[in-house]
Amino acid sequence: MTKSIRDHLPYLLLLAALVVLPFAISFLTGEPLNKGIALFSQGLMIQVFILAVFALSYDILMGHTGILSFGHALFFGTGAYALGILVKYAHWSLPVAILAIIVIAALESFVIGILSLRVHGVYFAMVTLAFATVAFILVEATDFKQWTGAEDGLHGIPVPDAINPAIHRTEFYFLALAFAVAIFLLVKLFVDSPSGRVWAAIRENEARATSIGFNTLAFKVQATIISGIIAALAGALNAMWNLSATPQTMEVGTTINALLMTIIGGSGTIIGPMLGAGVLQLLGYFLNLWLGSIWQLVFGLIYILLVLFVPYGIVGTWRVKQLDWRAAWRARFARVSK
Amino acid sequence: MEIILEADHLRKDFGGLIAVEDVSLKVRAGSLHSIIGPNGAGKTTLFNLLSGVFKPTTGRVIYRGRDITAQPPHRIAHLGIGRSYQITNVFPNLSVFENVRLSAQAMGRDNWNLFAPASRFKKYADRAHHIVEQVGLKGKGDLLASVLPHGDKRKLELGILLASDPQVLLLDEPTAGMASEQVPQLMALIAEVRKESNKTILLVEHNMDVVMNVSDAITVMHYGKVLAEGTPVQVGANDQVQKAYLGELYK
Repeated sequence: MTKSIRDHLPYLLLLAALVVLPFAISFLTGEPLNKGIALFSQGLMIQVFILAVFALSYDILMGHTGILSFGHALFFGTGAYALGILVKYAHWSLPVAILAIIVIAALESFVIGILSLRVHGVYFAMVTLAFATVAFILVEATDFKQWTGAEDGLHGIPVPDAINPAIHRTEFYFLALAFAVAIFLLVKLFVDSPSGRVWAAIRENEARATSIGFNTLAFKVQATIISGIIAALAGALNAMWNLSATPQTMEVGTTINALLMTIIGGSGTIIGPMLGAGVLQLLGYFLNLWLGSIWQLVFGLIYILLVLFVPYGIVGTWRVKQLDWRAAWRARFARVSK
Repeated sequence: MEIILEADHLRKDFGGLIAVEDVSLKVRAGSLHSIIGPNGAGKTTLFNLLSGVFKPTTGRVIYRGRDITAQPPHRIAHLGIGRSYQITNVFPNLSVFENVRLSAQAMGRDNWNLFAPASRFKKYADRAHHIVEQVGLKGKGDLLASVLPHGDKRKLELGILLASDPQVLLLDEPTAGMASEQVPQLMALIAEVRKESNKTILLVEHNMDVVMNVSDAITVMHYGKVLAEGTPVQVGANDQVQKAYLGELYK
């Protein structure tokens, strides 16, 4: 299928807006990029980009392969801690550490996938939750405090000055944006590939996918590995942004956030979970700012309303409506022409 | 003629229930072999055993002289045994075309490719277009499988099977629930496929007219066992079959 520029236009506009955003805010507030709101807003968006990639990695499982995981934070946390330990204590250079994280996450997700993907649905979710809980206990354990910092987390990760977010915030902003765009394009490529189509077949009807000749376990492990690597890379970037890795990255709450972002944005739509990350993060920030500590209650209500009235998420529901509108328009046109 | 698929004393217990007690069956290459029997006779369980979905409690499945009893279903599909389902079993939220294309892709060597769009692999798309047309779904390729009317879903069910180009087709009531005027059309299609490429077909069917007309051999199952076997004429004349199956059916 060929696509016109018009199909890509919303994406290009969004990207252009994100490129211009720091400068626009700086211009509007009259502050330089490294001061005040201009500086702060970049930080907020950097977190959005990181979480967008994390949510997207979650959706490879949930939206594209139909696998529900409650342990996805394990991979995010693995990336964060691996980066911290390798760079701070093993004194590895950043690029080498990142290559190592890819290998570590691939092995980890391979082992977990092989062990737990034999069970389905909510049973798989519970097994992944167990794995993530074990990892959470390990990073909080005082036994490994010299490497993990136990409950306090691992702080003071040395990041090269050129991309140190404390020094060069705008450079880091564009690094995080480029990362998000690159992963978006990569996931789009994967989802449309022969393997990605097999994932869709598994999501739709795993028994039939097996009967037409797909070794579904192997393809589910493949999806888990790719998802795990991307989540770990997001975790590594998160550690670079915070210059630390904390137990919070491994928490079940981190997984639930990815789940919420995916559902709010629209699972299986690629851009949806990324927008969901933006909505959740920005809504959380502003509700907290305006309402104080009751913001989570209000957010809960908003979430319920979204699920009721935007059942396929923002992007999913938009696409369904668009089809309805087109059908309605065609029907009307057909009547007129008669 | 050579025996392509053989069930050797298959038995399948589900807890205390014996779904298939003792079934031996030899399917000749290129033949259309029907399995008939009342509901609960174990026909679908037999298909699940032959296609590897269930492992038999005892007994063996032999395909082209090779014991395939322990093979997983996806491997059996690659060996050339494909099946369709009595209850429509498609990929609901994928297009009709994609349902069929996936089945063609499954038999190729590109399944692990992550870095090229699936649409670039023309051979699967071409095959899918051909099959969609062949089963009579031309013009409906872009529809979601879930919105098809029942008769079209049955055609898609068959299309998914045909796209993988199996040597042996296990057809589990392909006309189930179809409007009666559509039945001859589907059976003609099956006959066409068979003639075109000398396929072997194992057919479960309740429509006796269909079975008596098209079969080379018939196996009658009753309570998990083989009650009778032979040509349509032999089976039709069999007293036991009359009593147990045909009689019961028309009681």
